[in-house]
Amino acid sequence: MLTFNAHKNIHKNTAKNSIYQIVITSLLTLGLAACGDSYNNGDDNYTPLVQPPMEYSYSITLTNLTYGQPLSPIAVALHGDSKMWQVGQSASVALEKLAEGGDNSDFLALESNLASTMSDGPLPPGASVTLHISTTEPMANYLTVVTMLVNTNDAFSGLTGVDISTLVLNQEKSWQLNVYDAGTELNNEAVGTIPGPADGGVGFDAARNDIDLVGYHSGVVSKDDGLSSSVLTQAHRFDNPAVKLTITRTK
Amino acid sequence: MKVIKQSPIKATLTLLALALASTTTMAQELAITVTNLTQGLHFTPVVTAAHSNESRLFMLSDMASTELQAMAEGGDISGLVSLLSNADANINENPAGGLLAPAMSASFTLTNDSGNTHLSLAAMILPSNDGFVGLDSWEIPDEAGTYTVFLNAYDAGTEANDEIRGSGVPGEVGMPVPPPLDASIGMNGTGVTDMEANNKVHIHRGSLGDDDMSAGKSDINNSVQRWLNPVAKLTITVL
Repeated sequence: MLTFNAHKNIHKNTAKNSIYQIVITSLLTLGLAACGDSYNNGDDNYTPLVQPPMEYSYSITLTNLTYGQPLSPIAVALHGDSKMWQVGQSASVALEKLAEGGDNSDFLALESNLASTMSDGPLPPGASVTLHISTTEPMANYLTVVTMLVNTNDAFSGLTGVDISTLVLNQEKSWQLNVYDAGTELNNEAVGTIPGPADGGVGFDAARNDIDLVGYHSGVVSKDDGLSSSVLTQAHRFDNPAVKLTITRTK
Repeated sequence: MKVIKQSPIKATLTLLALALASTTTMAQELAITVTNLTQGLHFTPVVTAAHSNESRLFMLSDMASTELQAMAEGGDISGLVSLLSNADANINENPAGGLLAPAMSASFTLTNDSGNTHLSLAAMILPSNDGFVGLDSWEIPDEAGTYTVFLNAYDAGTEANDEIRGSGVPGEVGMPVPPPLDASIGMNGTGVTDMEANNKVHIHRGSLGDDDMSAGKSDINNSVQRWLNPVAKLTITVL
């Protein structure tokens, strides 16, 4: 597998910016014309043209591609130019809570979020869910989607800080997402450490006993494949990609 | 970091190329970052090269060259560098100044001559017997922009994957264990296999490992040093 994505950084003016420029130009033109009229007719009751803020809406569909890893309630956020995690950096506590316990509440409450939403419940293997998100914030140009693979110690999948400002109306874009490891909890797969139905154990633990750097996950081993202390079986193994994500701009 | 084949004339030509809003046949400036995506593998010194369409560092389902074998079994890239130099490639060696640790990145720039239209990369992955991360002849785009390529782990097909401590000398059994990895690799493994039935370059099947650091079949730790593809990310900005 050789995946290849081209991020073309040539068009500095985003679609949004261009639209704003057009709106501003139109306003100026109309304004000047109106002023001209009022001057000629002596009419001082000119009201400036007020344009409602532009609204952007997106639908986001996720499909769980795994055999036996339910996904924790999906968190979706729109924000400015930033990444919520990066390979080689320590996970934030909000990400740690999500990746170890499936708890997205801190993540959704991040002050940097300009809009956010979540799925009603976990997403079972083979299932899909579609979420809708809207914003009038002109800076909400970047997308983050994140979810935990719940039958693991601290595996999560998602994508973060993806520029969606170039999407035109009804344009859709898809990704096949790989699995990250938050690096905050050892992958010992031990009884009591996995929050999903395979164990029903503890989710978030503030102690960090792993590499403390986000990286790609090495997969679960399971007791069937030589990790004698594991509570997981062959049925919990997974491979990349784990999630398919499609975003469509609907407004 | 060492960049071969860079000269004042070349730099002038590059400037000229930029001034002329470079056409497809001119030299290009590439800013490259290689990221080790794993949390449990080290990469030995990385070699990256822009070369012509006729040269290959390796090819799936072909026998490894002795130079590729030396890289994959012991992390020695000198043979590959000579091959590339003789083929007039533009080469970057060892951008991390040694091992590229788990989750770490190394960045460098590479200027490719007009005929060197394809990019390849190789580095051994540790712990392994003859595993390597590779990129085989990715065509460098003409259009300026940032491109991302994900890389898989390959098996050179030159050594049995016994997964126990041993040698990095080509043709000798076992895995090389440089000092930084010594504490994380087990001891006294009895050996996973002594066969290498597929002697062509292939996608690595992954390590088996075990959960016993002082016995068992393997000296690889199964909950830390296994991997799923991709194992590396390459970000290439064509300036």
